[in-house]
Amino acid sequence: MDMLGALQYEFIRRAIIAGSFIALVCSLLGVLLVLRRYSLIGDGLAHVTFGSVALGLFLKQHPLSVAIPVVMVSSLGILKLTQKAKIYGDAAIGIVSSLGIALGVLIASLSGGFNIDLFSFLFGNILSITDIEVYTSIGLSVAVLFMIIFFYNEHLSATFDEEFARVSGIDTERINTLLVLLTGITVVLTMKVVGIMLTSSLLILPAVTALQFAQGFKGTMVISSCVAVVSVITGISLSLLLNIPTGATIVLMNFIFFACAFLYRHISQKGLH
Amino acid sequence: MPGEIITVQHLNCRYNSVEVLSDISFAVQSGDYVGFVGPNGSGKTTLVKAILRLIRQESGTVSLFGKGLGQFTEWFRIGYLPQKLSFLNPNFPATVKEVISLGLFAKKKFPKRLEKSDRILIDEAMNLMDITDIRDALIGELSGGQQQRVLVARAIVNGPELLILDEPTTAFDPEAREQFYHTLQNLNRNRQVTIILVTHDSATIGKYASKLLYLDKKVIFFGSFDAFCTSEHMTSYFGEFAQHLICHRHD
Repeated sequence: MDMLGALQYEFIRRAIIAGSFIALVCSLLGVLLVLRRYSLIGDGLAHVTFGSVALGLFLKQHPLSVAIPVVMVSSLGILKLTQKAKIYGDAAIGIVSSLGIALGVLIASLSGGFNIDLFSFLFGNILSITDIEVYTSIGLSVAVLFMIIFFYNEHLSATFDEEFARVSGIDTERINTLLVLLTGITVVLTMKVVGIMLTSSLLILPAVTALQFAQGFKGTMVISSCVAVVSVITGISLSLLLNIPTGATIVLMNFIFFACAFLYRHISQKGLH
Repeated sequence: MPGEIITVQHLNCRYNSVEVLSDISFAVQSGDYVGFVGPNGSGKTTLVKAILRLIRQESGTVSLFGKGLGQFTEWFRIGYLPQKLSFLNPNFPATVKEVISLGLFAKKKFPKRLEKSDRILIDEAMNLMDITDIRDALIGELSGGQQQRVLVARAIVNGPELLILDEPTTAFDPEAREQFYHTLQNLNRNRQVTIILVTHDSATIGKYASKLLYLDKKVIFFGSFDAFCTSEHMTSYFGEFAQHLICHRHD
C-alpha cells in the first residue's frame, strides 16, 4: 500500500492526526520531565493507566473517562509523596506504579480474567482510534499545549533553578502540580498511540534526541516536537507498508532518530577536537 | 521603620532537631552593603533562605521592605544568587541569554512574555558582567567563573533594590574577584542597591561592605568593619592575633 493511497482511508487519516497531536504534547512535556530527572513518571503513570483501564472495563465505562481522573489523582499522589513525605521521586513513582498494576490485575481477575480490550490498551492500536477518541485526543492535546505555551517561562525558570524561580515570585508548587497533571492527561492519551507498555518512549526519546543537538531551550522544544511528529507519521506509514505493529514501529522510529542524533553529536564533537 | 529593607527579629530555625539559627535580630537599611560572614555551618545560607522564605522558620519574624514575609509579594525588588552551582545540570539546554532573561519574570504579569525593551536590559546586564561575547553559548558549556557571572547577571537584570548574593566569587580567580567586588560597590554607590553578600572571606569583604554581620548560629557581631576591628568583644572571641590578621589585610 503506498502512503498517498493509504491517506484515502479515514482510519489512517484519523491515526495520523490524533497521533501527531499526542506526540507533539508528549515531546514538549518530555523535555521538561527529562531535564527535571522525572523521565520515569510516564512509565509509572502508564502502569496506573493499566489499573484504571481495567477499572473502566469492569465498570463498563469508556476507559478514557475512568483513566483520566484516576491517573491525574495518581500524578498528584507522586508529587505529594515526593514533596511532603520526603520520598525520593523515583521511589514515589515506583510506589504508585506498582499499586496501579496490582489493582489492575486484581480488577481484571475479578472481572473474569484479561480480555482482548485490555491487551489492546497494553500495546496500543492507533489505527483503531474512534472519532470520539480523536476529538478527545485533539481537544485535550490542544488544552495541554496551551498550558505549556502560556506557562512556558515559568516552566523554564522552575526547571532550570527552582529556588531562584521561587524568589522570582513564581509559584513553583503550582507549576509542579500543573506539570504532573498535564503529564497524567498526556500519558492516558498516549496509551492509544503506542500502548501502556511503551508510553514513556514518546515522552523520553524525542526529548533526549533534541538534547543531542545542544540548542537553547526553545530550540530543544522545537526539535523535540519535530522528531516526535515525524516519528509518528513515519511509524504509521512503515507499519502499513511492512504490515507490522504500529505502536512498536513508532517507538523504533523514535529510537532511530535518537541513535542518529547521538552519532551526529559524537562525530561532530570528535571533529571539533 | 522607613528605609528598613530587611528586619529580622528573634528568628530561630531548625533542621529536624538541630538548631541552626538562634534568636537572630538585626535590620538592614536602604543603601547598606552588608557582609554575612562566619565559619562553615554557622547558618549564613540558612539565614538568607529564611529571609527569602525558602525555608520555614521555627519562630521569630522577618520583614522585607516593611512587610511581613506572608504579605510580601514584590519579589521583583530582590535579586538573588543561590550558593551552589551544583544545581546546574551541565546538559541543560539554555543559552546565556535565556538564563539571564529568567531574572526579568518576577516583574511580569501572566502570561510572562519578554518584550523588546527587555533585550536592552539583558544587554546591559551582560555588559556589566562582561559576558556579551558568550551570549549564545549554552550555560553548561561555560567555566565555573563564567557561569557565576551569568547567574549574577540574572540576579541584577531586573534592576533590584536589594541584591542577595550567596558566595558569588567561589569560582572566580583573584583578579576577577577583585573586579567583581568593584562592580558591586558601584551598584551600591551609584544605583543605591542594598547588597547582602555571604562570604567566608571576612577580610576582603571588609574592604567594601559598610557593615558586617558575623554569625555563628547566633549573631556574634553586627556593625561596621571598623567597629569590628576595634571591638574588644571580637578580640576576646577571635583572639588578638586572628582579629589583627583580618583587620591588617583590610588595611
